Amino acid sequence: MKFDIPATTNPIDRLTVVGKPTDRIDGPLKTTGTATYAYEWHDVAPNAAYGWVIGSAIAKGRIASLDLEAAKAAPGVIAIVTADNAGPLGKGERNAATLLGGPEIEHYQQAVALVVAETFEQARAAASLVRIDYAPAQGAYDLAAAKGSAEKTKAGDSVVGDFTGAFAAAPVTLDQTYGTPDESHAMMEPHATLAVWEGDRLTVWTSNQMIDWTVTDLSETLKMPKEKVRVISPFIGGGFGGKLFLRADALLAALGARAAGRPVKVGLQRPLMINNTTHRPATIQRIRIGATRDGTITAIAHESWSGNLPGGAEETATDQTRLLYAGPNRLIGNRIATLDLPEGNALRAPGEAPGMMALEIAMDEMAEKLGLDPVEFRIRNDTQTDPADPDRPFSQRQLVQCLRIGAERFGWSKRNPQPGQVRDGRWLVGLGMAAAFRNNLLTKSAARVRLDRNGMVTVETDMTDIGTGSYTIIAQTAAEMMGVGLDKVAVRLGDSSFPVSAGSGGQWGANNSTAGVYAACVKLREAVAQRLGVNSADARFADGQVVAGNRRVPLAEAAGADGLSAEDGIEYGDLDKKYQQSTFGAHYVEAAVDSATGEIRVRRMLAVCAAGRILNPKSARSQVIGAMTMGVGAALMEELAIDKRAGFFVNHDLAGYEVPVHADIPHQEVIFLDETDPISSPMKAKGVGELGLCGVGAAVANAVHNATGVRVREYPITLDKILDRLPAVG
Amino acid sequence: MKPFTYERADSPAAAAAAAERQPGARFIAGGTNLLDLMKLEIETPAHLIDVNGLKLDSVEPTPDGGLRIGALVRNTALAADPRVRRDYGVLSRALLAGASGQLRNKATTAGNLLQRTRCPYFYDTNQPCNKRQPGSGCAAIGGYSRQLAVIGGSDACIATHPSDMAVAMRVLDATVETVRADGATRRIPIAEFHRLPGDTPHIETALMPGELITAVTLPKPVGGAQVYRKVRDRASYAFALVSVAAVVQRDGSGRVALGGVAHKPWRVEAAEAEMPRGAKAVAAGLLAGAKPAHDNAFKLTLAERTLAAVLAEARS
Ligand SMILES: Cc1cc2nc3c(=O)[nH]c(=O)nc-3n(C[C@H](O)[C@H](O)[C@H](O)COP(=O)(O)OP(=O)(O)OC[C@H]3O[C@@H](n4cnc5c(N)ncnc54)[C@H](O)[C@@H]3O)c2cc1C
Ligand code: SF4
Repeated sequence: MKFDIPATTNPIDRLTVVGKPTDRIDGPLKTTGTATYAYEWHDVAPNAAYGWVIGSAIAKGRIASLDLEAAKAAPGVIAIVTADNAGPLGKGERNAATLLGGPEIEHYQQAVALVVAETFEQARAAASLVRIDYAPAQGAYDLAAAKGSAEKTKAGDSVVGDFTGAFAAAPVTLDQTYGTPDESHAMMEPHATLAVWEGDRLTVWTSNQMIDWTVTDLSETLKMPKEKVRVISPFIGGGFGGKLFLRADALLAALGARAAGRPVKVGLQRPLMINNTTHRPATIQRIRIGATRDGTITAIAHESWSGNLPGGAEETATDQTRLLYAGPNRLIGNRIATLDLPEGNALRAPGEAPGMMALEIAMDEMAEKLGLDPVEFRIRNDTQTDPADPDRPFSQRQLVQCLRIGAERFGWSKRNPQPGQVRDGRWLVGLGMAAAFRNNLLTKSAARVRLDRNGMVTVETDMTDIGTGSYTIIAQTAAEMMGVGLDKVAVRLGDSSFPVSAGSGGQWGANNSTAGVYAACVKLREAVAQRLGVNSADARFADGQVVAGNRRVPLAEAAGADGLSAEDGIEYGDLDKKYQQSTFGAHYVEAAVDSATGEIRVRRMLAVCAAGRILNPKSARSQVIGAMTMGVGAALMEELAIDKRAGFFVNHDLAGYEVPVHADIPHQEVIFLDETDPISSPMKAKGVGELGLCGVGAAVANAVHNATGVRVREYPITLDKILDRLPAVG
Repeated sequence: MKPFTYERADSPAAAAAAAERQPGARFIAGGTNLLDLMKLEIETPAHLIDVNGLKLDSVEPTPDGGLRIGALVRNTALAADPRVRRDYGVLSRALLAGASGQLRNKATTAGNLLQRTRCPYFYDTNQPCNKRQPGSGCAAIGGYSRQLAVIGGSDACIATHPSDMAVAMRVLDATVETVRADGATRRIPIAEFHRLPGDTPHIETALMPGELITAVTLPKPVGGAQVYRKVRDRASYAFALVSVAAVVQRDGSGRVALGGVAHKPWRVEAAEAEMPRGAKAVAAGLLAGAKPAHDNAFKLTLAERTLAAVLAEARS
C-alpha cells in the first residue's frame, strides 16, 4: 500500500481496541518466565556447546603472536576461532570495526577469539590459557584534543540567512559550550546468540532489534547468500539501540558452530557490553543565540563535535536545532573526529538526546539573560513551519500546548525565578523545564495476516518487541481492522521468515509496523469480501462478523476451511518531504540538592507529549516513564569514564556504570495530548519512546540551577561539579 | 574461573587446619565477593573451605558489657539486632547503607571486613595492578581515579576499602578475634586489622595465611548520638564517595571515622580532640597529608562538608 496522500477516515478511527489502555498480551509469558530469551533456547539445540569471547587487551595495534596450544588442550575444549582460522570474512555495512579482530586491532575488547567448549565453565577457564602478545600502537582517545582535526560531516551545515552578522548585531547574546559524555546502553540482557547450522543453512536465535539488517550483515560477513540465513528474535531484554546491528555474539556463534560442527551459544560477558559493543559517543557542543530584548531569536548557531572509529558516523546532536525554534539567521552542523575508542553508534534518540541536553540549557540561560520566563521564551519563538523553508509546514506541532499544559499542571507559576532561594530543611529546591522534540521517521514495513476457519487472526512480521509493547499494539491494530477481540488475534514477531518490517529503532517501530499490519489487513478484508462476493468498500467488520448489505457472516465462516491469507506493507510517498513530521513535548522537573554534600535528588517529574495518536496509552506511558528515568540517569550519573592513555572505558560493569535505581526515581506523571496526525500514516500515530527522553536531562540541569544558582554545562551533573559553590554548612 | 576443590569444615580449628594444609585455599562465607572475583579470575583459589557450618552465627553479650558478633552473622541480622540498634546505632546504619537487601542477607561479618577493593582496574585483568598481580604496576595512578583514595595511598596503590560496616566498626573500636591452624587464638584491634598499601598492596590485613576470623567484639556501649552518613552518586546501591561514621557526645566530644577515602577505614584519634571546635578543625587533622589525584580532590571538600552536616545533625 502506498501512502502518499493524507489519511482520511478508516476503520482504525473506530477506536474500539486501538487507543484503549491495554495490558501487554505477552505479559503473562514474561511474568511467568516462559518468554524465551536468546540464551534460553535449550530445546531447539539440546547439544549446544558454549562459546566464550576473548576481547583485545589493547585499544590499537596488532596481535604480535597468538598461542592457542594450552587452551586447546584444556578440558572440554572443542574449537577456538580466531581471524587466522575463521576463513575469509566480509563486513556488514552497518559495522565500522570488524567484529572479529586480528591481527589488526581497532579498539579495546574487540573480539579476537572465541573458545568453544562442552560447558560454559570450561570455555571460560580455557580462555585464560590463550596467550596473546600485542604490539600496541598510539591511538587518539580524547575528543577535546581531537576536536581541532574534526571535519564537517557529509550532511553538511544548514545555513540560513547571515548568522554572523545577526549574532553580532543582537542586543542579547549567549555563547556557551556544553559537554555530554560517552554513554552505555546498559540494557539488562547482554547480547547473546545461539547458532545452528544445517548443511549450508544457518539459523541464529539472538537478541536483536532489526531482523533484516542483521540477516543482511550476517550473510555479507559470512559471504553467504542471504536466503540461507535465518534470524529469530522474539523477545529482547532491552536494546536501546545497542542491538540494532549484527554484533560479535551472533557472528562468533555462527563461526564457532561451524568450527565445532554443532550448535554454539555465545553470551557477551558484561564488561564486553561496555567496550566490545557500541555506545553513544560523547559530544562537545557550542551554542550561540542572539535575540532582541523582547526575546525574539534573531540568530542561532549550534555546532557539535563527536568522534568515532574510521567509517563510524557522527552523533547528530544539532539536528533538532534546525527545527525547534524560529529565527531567520541560522548556522547548524555536526563535526566528526577520528577516535580509537570502541565504536560509537545509536543509543535511544541518537542526536536529539544529547543535543537537547545542551540546547535546552542554552535556552534556559538565554531566558535568564532576557529576564523572561523560560516557558514564555520558548513560546515566543515557536514556529509552525520549517525555519529553513517557510513553505514546509509541520504536519502537527503542539509544542506550545505541551508547554502551557505542563506549566499549569506542574505548578510552574510557583517557581521562584531567583535561583538558590527555596529551602526545605537541608535541601535546596528548584524547578526546571525543557521542551521535548524528536523527529518522526517513516520507513516501509510489511506483514502477513492469516484468518483461519476458527476466526482466529494471526499476524506475522519480522517486527521486534524490545520491551516496548509491539506485540500488543500490533494485536490491537489487527483486532480493530478485522473487527475481532484481542483474544482472537495471535502475533508472531522477530523471525526473518516473516515479511520485513520497520524493526525497532528511532521511535519508528510503533507507527510504521502497525501501518504495515494495517495494509495487510486491508488486503485480507478484500480477500474476505471477495470470497463473500461483496464489494470490500461495503463490508463492515465488527464483532467477529462481516456485514454487507443485509448479509451478516461470521468471520470464521467467511474464512472457509482453508482460511485466507494476505500480505502487504506500507510504503511512503513524499509526505515527509512536503511536511516536517516531528513529535513534541515538555518536561518539568523538581529537584532538590543537599546543601552540604551536593547530592541531587529528583522529586517530581512531568512529561506532556504530543505525538500523534497514542495506540496504547498504557504501554506508551511505560515508554515515556522509562525514557524519563533514562534522562535522569544521563543528567545525574551516566558516564563512560575514559582512560585516555590506554583508550578504553574503565567503568566496565553495572557497579561502575551507574544507572538510576528505584530510590532515584520519584513520582512521574505523563500526559498525552489528544492528537491524530493523518499525514504520518493510516494509523495517524507517531513515535513516543524517544520523545520521552529528549529534554529530560536539561530539565534536571535547569532545576539544579534554579535550586542552587550553579550552572553545570558538563554532564553528568555529579556533586563534585557543584560542591564548591554551595552555601556554608551549619 | 579455575577449577577448584571444595570442603565443608565443621569447627573453626578444623577450618584453619584445612587452610594450612592447602596453600592458596580460601574460606568461603556468603560468597558475594569471592565468587565474583573467582569468575573474573582475579582470585584463583585451588580449594574452598566452606565456613557456613561453623555455628559462628550468633550475637552474644560479653562479660564486660559489650557484644560478641559471630563471624558468620549476616549483615541483615546484625543490622536488625535490637542490641545493636539500641547501643550501636552507627553500626546498624552503616550496614543498611551497604549493598542491597539480597546481598546483605548473604553477606557475613567476616566477609564484609575482608571484601576487596572496587578499583575498576583491579577488576580488569588486562590492566596492570599491583594488588591483583604484585609488581605489575598500578593503572589507576594517572588514570581514572574518581572513586579512589585521597590519603594513605602509596606509589604502588591508591585503592580504597569499600566497606561501610568496617567504618562503623572502626569508630566503635571493635576487635577481631581469630584462630589459627594450631588452635592459637588472637585478638586484633580493628585499627591494626586493615593495612595501608605501602609497597605490598596485595597484603590487605593483619591476618596470617589460613587464619580464620571467628568473631568481632564490640566494647561496652559508648552512648552519644550515632550517625552514619554515606554520600554517593545515586541514592542507593552504590559504594561511598565519602562516608562519615560519628559518635558525638552531649559535650561535643566524640569520635569520627571516614570511609571511601583510604585503603582502610580512616580514623585519626588525635584529630578528635578538635571535635568541639567543629568540622573544619577535625577535617584538617583527619586529612592532613592527603594526596588526592586530579579526579578525586573533591573528596576533601566533600568529607569536610559531610562531617559538618553530621555534627550539626548530631547536635540537633
Ligand atoms: C553489587 C554489590 C554491591 C555492594 N555494595 C556494597 C556497599 O555499598 N557497601 C559495602 O560495605 N559492601 C558492599 N558490597 C560488598 C558486600 O558487603 C560484600 O560482598 C560482603 O560483605 C562479603 O561477605 P561474604 O560473606 O559474602 O564474603 P565472601 O565473598 O564469602 O568472602 C569474602 C572474603 O572473606 C574471606 N572470609 C570469609 N569469611 C571468613 C572468615 N570467617 N575468616 C577469614 N576469612 C574469611 C573469604 O575467603 C574471602 O576472601 C557489595 C557487593 C556487591 C556484590
Ligand atoms: S589502585 Fe591498587 S587496586 Fe587499583 S590498579 Fe592500582 S594497585 Fe590495583
